[in-house]
Amino acid sequence: MSQGVDMSMSAAGPSQGARAHSPREAQGMPAPGGSAVREATSVGATYALELKDVRKSFGKTEIIRGVNLAVRAGERVAIIGPNGAGKSTLFNLISGRFAPSSGEVLLDGHRIDGKKPFEINRRGLSRSFQITNIFPKLSVFENLRCAVLWSMGYKYSFFKFLADLEDANERTEELMDMIRLDKKRDVLATNLTYAEQRALEIGVTIAGGAHVILLDEPTAGMSKSETTRFIKLIREVTQGKTLLTVEHDMGVVFGLADKIAVVVYGEVLAFDTPDAVRANQRVQEAYLGSPVAQSQAGNHT
Amino acid sequence: MNQMFYEFKPLNIGRFLIWSFFALLLLAAPLLFTSSLDQTMLSQMGIAIIVCLSYNMLLGQGGMLSFGHAVYSGMGAFLAIHTLNLVSNGALPLPVSLVPLAGGLGSMVVAVVLGWVTTKKSGTPFAMITLGVGELVWAMSLMFPEFFGGEGGISGNRVTGSRPFGITYGPQIQLYYLIAVYTFVCTALMFAFTRTPLGRMLNAVRDNPERVEFIGYDTQKVRYIAFIIAAFFAGISGGLAALNFEIVTSEVVSGYRSGAYLLFTFLGGATFFFGPIIGAVLMVLAFVLLSEFTKAWLLYLGLIFLFMVMFAPGGVASLIMMNLRVAAFGYLRKLWVSYLGLALTGLTVLLGAAVMIELVYHLQLNVALGPEMPFLWTSLHADSVNSWFGALFVMLTGLGLFEVCRRQYVREWGEIQEHIEKEIKRRETL
Amino acid sequence: MEFYTISLLNGISYGLLLFMLSSGLTLIFSMMGVLNFAHASFYMLGAYFAYSVTELVGFWPALLLAPLLVGVLGAGFEKFFLRRVHKFGHVPELLITFGLSYILLELVQLVWGRGSVDYRVPEALEGPLFVLYGTQFPMYRGFMMLVALMMLLAIWLLLKRTRIGLVIQAALTHPEMAQALGHNVPRVFMLVFGGGAALAGLAGVIGGNAFITEPGMAATVGSVIFVVVVVGGMGSLAGAFLASLLIGVLQTFAVAIDASLMSAVQVIGLTVTPDTFGYALWKLKLSQVAPILPYLFLVLILIFRPKGLLGTREG
Repeated sequence: MSQGVDMSMSAAGPSQGARAHSPREAQGMPAPGGSAVREATSVGATYALELKDVRKSFGKTEIIRGVNLAVRAGERVAIIGPNGAGKSTLFNLISGRFAPSSGEVLLDGHRIDGKKPFEINRRGLSRSFQITNIFPKLSVFENLRCAVLWSMGYKYSFFKFLADLEDANERTEELMDMIRLDKKRDVLATNLTYAEQRALEIGVTIAGGAHVILLDEPTAGMSKSETTRFIKLIREVTQGKTLLTVEHDMGVVFGLADKIAVVVYGEVLAFDTPDAVRANQRVQEAYLGSPVAQSQAGNHT
Repeated sequence: MNQMFYEFKPLNIGRFLIWSFFALLLLAAPLLFTSSLDQTMLSQMGIAIIVCLSYNMLLGQGGMLSFGHAVYSGMGAFLAIHTLNLVSNGALPLPVSLVPLAGGLGSMVVAVVLGWVTTKKSGTPFAMITLGVGELVWAMSLMFPEFFGGEGGISGNRVTGSRPFGITYGPQIQLYYLIAVYTFVCTALMFAFTRTPLGRMLNAVRDNPERVEFIGYDTQKVRYIAFIIAAFFAGISGGLAALNFEIVTSEVVSGYRSGAYLLFTFLGGATFFFGPIIGAVLMVLAFVLLSEFTKAWLLYLGLIFLFMVMFAPGGVASLIMMNLRVAAFGYLRKLWVSYLGLALTGLTVLLGAAVMIELVYHLQLNVALGPEMPFLWTSLHADSVNSWFGALFVMLTGLGLFEVCRRQYVREWGEIQEHIEKEIKRRETL
Repeated sequence: MEFYTISLLNGISYGLLLFMLSSGLTLIFSMMGVLNFAHASFYMLGAYFAYSVTELVGFWPALLLAPLLVGVLGAGFEKFFLRRVHKFGHVPELLITFGLSYILLELVQLVWGRGSVDYRVPEALEGPLFVLYGTQFPMYRGFMMLVALMMLLAIWLLLKRTRIGLVIQAALTHPEMAQALGHNVPRVFMLVFGGGAALAGLAGVIGGNAFITEPGMAATVGSVIFVVVVVGGMGSLAGAFLASLLIGVLQTFAVAIDASLMSAVQVIGLTVTPDTFGYALWKLKLSQVAPILPYLFLVLILIFRPKGLLGTREG
């Protein structure tokens, strides 16, 4: 049963594969020659996710003021920017929570702007929420299984018993192991700790096998040690997928991302490798200016 | 009260036992309750169980509050009685035992049409739409006497058609067993539904409709399909009612009836599968027995409902399950004194209040009979200050004592819950 | 010609009455998220209280006292019952008002009996307001319209021009923030619920004697105002206004027209007999169909414009 997991691997060129094993996996060290690597990818390949002059206004206030973004398959992009810049709004626009006022959003070259969230999800894009948005009265196992059902093709079936769906149940068990909640199989989601709920949130997001994952502040509210463990988890479960994360923690950003998109006041100021972004004048002025952020970002200036 | 949901997880043997017990109960009930009134009530209970369970598919499982479910049970009844008349005319060689299915299928068709419009919204707007659609059908029932029979309704005769094994469904007991079979099968099917992908997604839609859209499901479609399935079972119930009473009037699609489904399903308990079964039994008991017992029964019902919503929104079923949980951990013994206290003081309050209510009703409705009113084992005088003061005094004293007992009970309950939580945590770490 | 004018005026007065009711419902819903199922019961209470007070002291005191009584009852219900259910969510809140409607109906029948009561238009307001082309327009209808419009003006002024109105507007969308700023939001809720109830009561005072005062009046008008609120757009006062007038006028016209599809096609020379397919539909007169028009309207709106006429929120 196709789960869309491997599409990104095949779409990417050999340079993409090299990047996946780069020393970036270690703490906060960017791969050398990032931009050269980027250009080696074949020209004319469809972007996994593309935004063309996307705008969004609520009443008279324009929140998103012409965003252009092109993300290649398998890329890991961190979206950073001050609060209120429109990062979550961007996610909402991409995932279909609401439609852009103008502009296009393309997934694998097909337009998805204006489509309903479930239509977009069925095409292989999945998102998590900043405020945990799971099913509080269902157990961990049930939460994950619900997220798995559609992609396994069970749709609106009421003629089969859940207990008999071997492939769905197996995949759910796999997912539980992946997010390390197998010990909490039958605990109601509302009774989990905060970090466990965040892990479940990620689990539900990736369960359907989407190949483009949007994570909205996955480590929000976590302690330092929890964050470190969580980032490792994210890296593992999103292997080979295209990842967009909204993040505030610069350590996380520089450790996890291939590319950074800086969103300020509804526009993308820069979209480049971490080094290039750090050196970017405009970004420094608008966002990264403080020495604290600089030191958080690593130790190689 | 504790917000945690207790999921009853018996072993498979346990489940087998429960269903066997249920089947046995259905089989043996008319042997225990033999009077004809009992048998009519049992038949009505079976019918009510099916419709309340179907209603809970919407309310408890889907979070859809409907004020118009009677439309589907009622349309099923009308379609069934017309089918029955076709059978009687010889135009349709359908065995009587399958007539309720015709009702169910007919309701399904109605739900396909009306349900599409109804499920376009959720939550409060959905409730209002069901109200509007219910009124629409009710008003239409007065406009089309050919189908709905006008004032007199449509009658039929269930002793008709083929007679397999000599069963005519003439005697009530034969009809009861037909109803019992339908009740068992429908209950089993509706229970099975809760264990299918659609059933589970319906729960997910209830808990977090927004997230459901982001995992690939169209929430409106989930609700729509569930709505149609619920209507199917409601239609079967209506069809059985048509056979039972052999007459169907437009009352069966009234808002009054929809309200009754809501009230009793909620009273029985919408959060557990078996809750509506309790509610259905209570519904029949209230309509048949309580209404004979006192003229104030609707007022009592309203008051019970009000207090249930405030203090036990999970219904009778949740009360049972909470106490079962306490019993499972071995703490029930500690509560029995509190329960006794609550029961006694509660009864006193009830007595006082009931006397006053009955006196008022007596004054209003039975003026011609004079001021004397029989009440339980004694008689009261509506114009005597004694009766009034006595009742008021009893009620207020009872209320005071009840409050004292209640505080004690809440304290004890809280302690026990703490012990249980600790025990659960302890077991989890093992 | 006169038929249209008089019917239009009658329709508008009925529509304004509907708006008096649905505005209170919309306000309560917008602010508290509670759909007050017992709103029409407050209407009924207003009419019955007015009847009793009129018997005791007269109509004009009743105009003031009855809504006040209903408002106090409403506020009391909010404080002692509704508030406790708030933490359980919106469905239990709706259910408790549903229970209240049951109880109010029983109590009304208990105190005033199951039949209708003779609540009459006061003599001072009987008779025609003016005569148009030979048809009378009742003075009382004019009085109804006046009261309704004055009430709307008062509400508008209250919400937009007073301090309490400002607090209400704030608490409408951000109750927690308003509370954090030091306003007694629970008291505001109580006032709004009581105020909404009083509005419904006032509608009952002026509507009860124009139309019939009986236990069934709550049910009849209740479902129509829910339709008004959905058709107008959940939470939109302007939408409720528009929908009330539309439905009021539509129904008033329809009730008076005895034409049916059958008679319509007869004009062009076709005859419909009892044997024609769908005769039951053909022979339906518009006046017979009138009761279901609001609900048909509801279904149509849901199909073609689910947000409602002027709705903004996807409720």
